[in-house]
Amino acid sequence: MSMTCWETVQAYALRSIGIGENLLPRSEFTLCQQFTLIGSGMIWNLYFGVLALAFGFFLANAIALAKTARNPWIRKPAEWFVFVFRGSPLFIQFFLAYEALVMLPKGGVDILGVHLNTSWTTRAWAGALLVLFLNTAAYAAEIFYGALKSIPKGDLEAAEAYGLTGWKKFTRIEWPTMLRLGWPAYTNEAIFLFHATTLVYFSGFPAFAQKGDALYYANYFADKTFNPFIPYPIVAFYFICLTLLVTFVYGRINKRLNRHLPANTRSKIRLRPQLIR
Amino acid sequence: MFAACADPKSLEGLSWLFCYLTSAKHVGFYWSFLTVLLLLAITAPASLGMGFLGATAARSHIAPVSWLGKIYIWMVRGVPDIIFFLFFVIALDQGIEYVKSLVVCDGGAWPWQGMEFRVCPAAKVPLAKSGPFWHQAYGFLLAVITFAIVFGAFTANVIYGAMNAVPRAQLETAEAYGMSRGQVFRRILIPQMWVYALPGLGNLWMILIKATPLLFLLGVKDIVYYARELGGSKTQAYEYPHGDWRLWYFLGLMVFYLVFTRISEIGIAKLTRRLSHGQATAGGEALRKAAA
Repeated sequence: MSMTCWETVQAYALRSIGIGENLLPRSEFTLCQQFTLIGSGMIWNLYFGVLALAFGFFLANAIALAKTARNPWIRKPAEWFVFVFRGSPLFIQFFLAYEALVMLPKGGVDILGVHLNTSWTTRAWAGALLVLFLNTAAYAAEIFYGALKSIPKGDLEAAEAYGLTGWKKFTRIEWPTMLRLGWPAYTNEAIFLFHATTLVYFSGFPAFAQKGDALYYANYFADKTFNPFIPYPIVAFYFICLTLLVTFVYGRINKRLNRHLPANTRSKIRLRPQLIR
Repeated sequence: MFAACADPKSLEGLSWLFCYLTSAKHVGFYWSFLTVLLLLAITAPASLGMGFLGATAARSHIAPVSWLGKIYIWMVRGVPDIIFFLFFVIALDQGIEYVKSLVVCDGGAWPWQGMEFRVCPAAKVPLAKSGPFWHQAYGFLLAVITFAIVFGAFTANVIYGAMNAVPRAQLETAEAYGMSRGQVFRRILIPQMWVYALPGLGNLWMILIKATPLLFLLGVKDIVYYARELGGSKTQAYEYPHGDWRLWYFLGLMVFYLVFTRISEIGIAKLTRRLSHGQATAGGEALRKAAA
């Protein structure tokens, strides 16, 4: 039974989320199959990356602010949160989270008479997303904290001279400036968070019914064919495309954040190395 | 290991815990921490060397050499590093066996046949009859080379940037004094670049520490492997039966990494202070003012 490439795409393009042909290819392994299935796995990488970044952004802002607080009851927990998530490998965080979530009672818990089901937390879509969300929040919080600290003194004095204080000063002056200063570094964080999504199915969280991410399928093909020279470069290709896309989107936002500045003083986004977390 | 531990089933309380924690498998676990430190001790200088070569090549005046250096630096960008880790280990292994098969096998057939990679038994590395130690050592060696290649590219990028950050005027002054290109490189550029490279290198060191659990993926019996093995629940058939303790083992690993990165952070801060002495940077200026 040999399929045309279009049939393969129809059968496997949504395989990673359980739609289409259930049985993975077992022989032949055409280039088309590898491109389609690995691309199908990219759905999960996108899912983890986009949601973790979207939720993480808000938590990161809150934690960056908490780190600047004078009150040690607010500052210390924020510092510890950042230290724990930035100081330990993401790999270990995944393992630890999985083991901790598995320990929740299987049948669910009753809180104040409400029955909560817990079994879904050990699934990658929830458990791994939680870890990635907390992880990116910690890294981004450190970036935003650094940006808050490097807001020019003159800007703040000018704001006060205009009578802006407290919350108004924060929302009008400090927060936009923080975003503007931190954005290039935050772009890198976004890129490497997407890269980090490849760790999900290589850590504690098992893939159910062979529904995995891009690297999961690449590894499947490499295992079956004993030939690493095709599937891994395909993942690499997909991720280069994704990196270019992220750089483009974040670059547009960066442009918007810097729109009031003369063209030669805008901060450019430069890709900086930061691989494993 | 200890005479008192001869019959674990009769033990209770603290003495049980003591015997449990000194069992042969646990001793292997403690040694595996040394494996991690050994990996760091070898890969850090190796990737520094690779990085230095890469950066020097990228700065070269000979176009093909400079392209090669730049391609090496850009290679790792945009692609998740874990893919390089998985790819290089298999590719290196197959490459080594293929080259060896050209020498030791007759005929030297192309080994990638259909769905198999096949070389004659004599070309297997390590040989099927070698002991488990050699299999472990070979796996470790492949891991070291892979780490050095990948982290070398990142180091090259940092060093390349640092070399460009050394003020041009300093190099021009040296040239005006009649130094040759090599002399400028050795006497002016190298000593000055470290202070610019240090923040990036420090960052990479932290990343390298946090990358060491990947040894597990590469098939080396590292701390993650042992934590999973030892933590898994043990039935009465084992000497020390217990429930699922993996959470506690991983918690231990987490603390190990947190302590390690914290100590490194403090060490890097000290080193930065020392290297900033007498440098024309904000840090160096602050030190000068403090001393005056």
